Amino acid sequence: MDLQTTLVWLAKASYFLAAVLFILGIKRMSSPVTARKGIVWAGVGMVIATLATFAITRGHNLGYIVAAIALGVIPTWLWGKKVAMTDMPQMVALFNGMGGGSAAAIGAGELLKFTQAGIAPPLATLLLAVTGALIGAISMTGSIIAWAKLDGRMDKRFTFGGQQAVNFLVFAAAVLAGLALVFWKLDASLVVVFFLLALAFGVLMTLPIGGADMPVVISLYNAFTGLAVAFEGYAMGIEALIVAGMVVGAAGTFLTQLMAKAMNRPISNVLFSNFGGGGEGA
Amino acid sequence: MIDGFLALYIFMLAAFTGKEIIGRVPVILHTPLMSGSNFVHGIVLVGAMIALAHAESPLAIAIGFIGVVLGAGNAAGGYVVTERMLEMFKSSKGEKKG
Repeated sequence: MDLQTTLVWLAKASYFLAAVLFILGIKRMSSPVTARKGIVWAGVGMVIATLATFAITRGHNLGYIVAAIALGVIPTWLWGKKVAMTDMPQMVALFNGMGGGSAAAIGAGELLKFTQAGIAPPLATLLLAVTGALIGAISMTGSIIAWAKLDGRMDKRFTFGGQQAVNFLVFAAAVLAGLALVFWKLDASLVVVFFLLALAFGVLMTLPIGGADMPVVISLYNAFTGLAVAFEGYAMGIEALIVAGMVVGAAGTFLTQLMAKAMNRPISNVLFSNFGGGGEGA
Repeated sequence: MIDGFLALYIFMLAAFTGKEIIGRVPVILHTPLMSGSNFVHGIVLVGAMIALAHAESPLAIAIGFIGVVLGAGNAAGGYVVTERMLEMFKSSKGEKKG
């Protein structure tokens, strides 16, 4: 094996190890006795996967990568360290939004690559890249609104007449734009419209939801981001993203149901009770 | 490229795994677990790093750069916040049991 093949093999093995550590870590985090160990295991997995990635990027754009990581890690690390314990839920929302944004950016990069290359990618790749970008973008702006509400930067609730219909139309338009990208034409301006609609829907979907329900909504967006990561993982051909993203997507969906049940609120009630009922506010 | 049906099986098995491993989580761990799984999808950082490494045009580099910044923020912030939550959880739990 030459050096390059060895490095790729090592990276793939590291990703596998990271995926195992993530699953064991989440399992440990769901039991009171082992919870603290769980996050450490998952953290080790993340460090291993990140370091391994340097081995296969062969130093391309290395300066940009290192600068971007520093720019992402340092402020969030310091902020997370000093934020008050009562403000934790909105921090989770904010970091989750960043993850969704990252998945959406990967999707945007893939779509850009396809439009420039002028060759049609396999249907499944294109479909999942678009779907992941849609879910990731919704999760990003939705999480930011959730953060703003919990952080007291925004009124608890925002409703208007016909809101449900407007939300549905925006969502339908975003899906149509996505379908047009997949089945009709990979056009750069259509990609922009698609992203704007998806980002707008995340905002609109979260606006009418009250602050007390936000933890459930954040959990739902957490599951969304997991799904988006899994789909972009397929589009890029990175198995670790598929496994970690899908595990979080399923665990997050299940956890959302548990949280809604603990609050005696069916999840549909949390999401839709205020849609279209402008002025009715409980 | 991953074979379509093989990928479908991976998706399916990972989804069942995700549901099963948190099967009996107590209510007090709901928020820390949400935070912990939020950290785990920070693995998106790896995908963003690879995308940025392959980027050539200025626009692709800009998009990749944003992706890496956001992914790194997800991972780093998610870790710190989860660790702090679980730290608090353990000490209060220990006192109660103590």
